[in-house]
Amino acid sequence: MEYSDKVLDHFSNPRNVGELTDADGIGEVGSPACGDIMKMYIKVEGGKIADVKFKTFGCGAAIATSSMATELIKGQSLEEALKLTNKAVVEALEGLPPVKIHCSVLAEQAIKAAISDYYTRLGVDPLPIVGPIKDTHCHAHFH
Amino acid sequence: MSMERFVYADNAATTPVSEEVLKAMLPYFREEYGNPSSIYQKGRDAAKATRLAREKVARGIGAQPEEIYFTSGGSEADNWAIKGVVEALAKKGKKHIVTTAFEHHAVLHVCQSLRKHGIETTYLEVGPLGVVKAEDVAAAIREDTALVTIMYANNEIGTIQPIAEIGKICRERGVLFHTDAVQALGNLEIDVKAQSIDLLSLSGHKIHAQKGVGALYIRKGVRIPNLIEGGGQEGGHRAGTENVPAIVGLGVAVEIATRDIHARADKTRKMRDRLIDEITKLPRTRLNGDREQRLPGNVNVSFEGIEGESLLLMLDLKGVAASSGSACTSGSLDPSHVLLSIGLVHEVAHGSLRLSINDQTTEKDIDHILKVLPPVVEQLRAMSPLWESIVKGENKY
Repeated sequence: MEYSDKVLDHFSNPRNVGELTDADGIGEVGSPACGDIMKMYIKVEGGKIADVKFKTFGCGAAIATSSMATELIKGQSLEEALKLTNKAVVEALEGLPPVKIHCSVLAEQAIKAAISDYYTRLGVDPLPIVGPIKDTHCHAHFH
Repeated sequence: MSMERFVYADNAATTPVSEEVLKAMLPYFREEYGNPSSIYQKGRDAAKATRLAREKVARGIGAQPEEIYFTSGGSEADNWAIKGVVEALAKKGKKHIVTTAFEHHAVLHVCQSLRKHGIETTYLEVGPLGVVKAEDVAAAIREDTALVTIMYANNEIGTIQPIAEIGKICRERGVLFHTDAVQALGNLEIDVKAQSIDLLSLSGHKIHAQKGVGALYIRKGVRIPNLIEGGGQEGGHRAGTENVPAIVGLGVAVEIATRDIHARADKTRKMRDRLIDEITKLPRTRLNGDREQRLPGNVNVSFEGIEGESLLLMLDLKGVAASSGSACTSGSLDPSHVLLSIGLVHEVAHGSLRLSINDQTTEKDIDHILKVLPPVVEQLRAMSPLWESIVKGENKY
C-alpha cells in the first residue's frame, strides 16, 4: 500500500483526536464488521464549527482522512463544512490509493452526520439542509 | 521518530536470502552460466549443479531426486498438482476433491476454478483451533474422489495438520494426497514416504532462498500431465531452461533448513511462547489457532476494538514489520478466510496481528516487540469508538 507522506503524517500524528463532552452534534458512520467506524464531535458557536474532535476505528487511511477532514472544517461555517467533499480531503492528503477512497467518503459522511445531529437537537429537520447520509461501502457478511 | 531497532517479524511472508545461499548462487550468474542442456563443459557443469540441488531437495523431504520437479514457487506447484491430478483422473470418473476451508488461495482458488469443469470440492471445517480431523477427511472421501489436498501447516495461524494420519487414510482408500508444505519446510520434519504423501509443494523464499523458485514432489508412479510443453527439462514435464542460480540456491536452502530442525525449533518456540504469554495478557486479546499444534515461529493474535492495518503501520513506525488478516490488508472487503474459518467474527478478525519469527530472531527483538506493541494497541484503542463501546459493554465478541 503506497501512502503519501501527508497520509502517514496525519496517521502517525492525528489532529483533533478525542471527544467533546459538551458537543452540539455527534455523527457516527461505518460499522465494526466493515472494519471502519468514524465518530465526529462538533461544537458550534455563531454558526461556525468552533471545535471538532474525532474517534476512528479503522485502517491508516481512515484515521488520516478523519484527521484531515477535522482540520479542514475547524473554524468554518456549517454551510462551508457541508460543502467539503471527499475529493477535497483526498487532495489535501496528496492522494489516496484507489482502494482507500471509501475512507474519504466516510469522513465526508461523518461530518454531515454530526451536522445533521446538531440540527436535530435544535428541533430542525436536517434533511433539507444536510441531505441524506449515505450508506457505507461495506457489503461484508454479518454474523 | 528515530528508529532505534528494526525487527523483522514477517518470516511467513518471506525471508532474506542467506549468506550461504547467495554465495552458492553467485557463480551461476557470470561464471558458470552454461545451459544445462548443452553438451560442452560449461553446460555439463550447470547440469551437475541442478542435479546436486535436486538431490538436496529430495533428501530434505525423504524423496528420490527423480521425484522432484523445480517450479517457479509454491503457487505453481499447488496449481500443477491439483489441476494435474484432476485432469488425469477426471476421465476415469473421479471428479471430487477434499480440502479444507483455510487452505492457501493457491489451493482454494484452483478448486473454485475447477468447479466450472464439473469438479466438486468438499471444504472441511477446521474447528475453532484450526486443526482438521483425520476422521473428517476419511468421512469426506467418496468413490469419485480424485485428490485430498490439505496444507501441512497453515500460513496465517501456524496450525499443524495431522499429515501422516491423513496420508495413511488416503493410501488405504486409494486416493492421491497432496500437501502444501510451504510453511512447514524447515520448521517440521517432512518424510514423504513415512507420511504417505503423493504430491508436495514447497517454496524457496520462505527458507532463505530467493523468490520465484520452488518445487513439486510427485511420487514415482503418480502420473500427471505436463505443465509446460517444450524441451526435455524436468523430465519433459515442465519445459524451459532451468533457472540454475535459483535452483542451486534452493538446494542449499533446503539442505540448511532441514538440518538441526529440532534445535532451531526449540530456540524459536521459546521466543514464540514468550510473545504469546505476554501479548495475551493485554485485555480482550486472544490467540488464534491451537497453542500446541503450532509452527515454532507463529504468533497470531486478535485485539478487540482496533483494526489490523493501522496496527501494522503504527508498528512499522516503531520498527516492527508484521502482517494482519484484516480486510484492509487483504485488499478485499472481507477479512482473512483463515480467521473466519476458525469462527472469528469480522470485527475481531479485522484486529488480527501475525508475528512470524525464526531462529534468526533474538531475545532482544522479542524485548523490542513487547516494548512497542502494548502502547500501540493502547493508543489505537484510545481513539477507537468501537473500543469505547466494547468497554461500555455495548459490544461483546
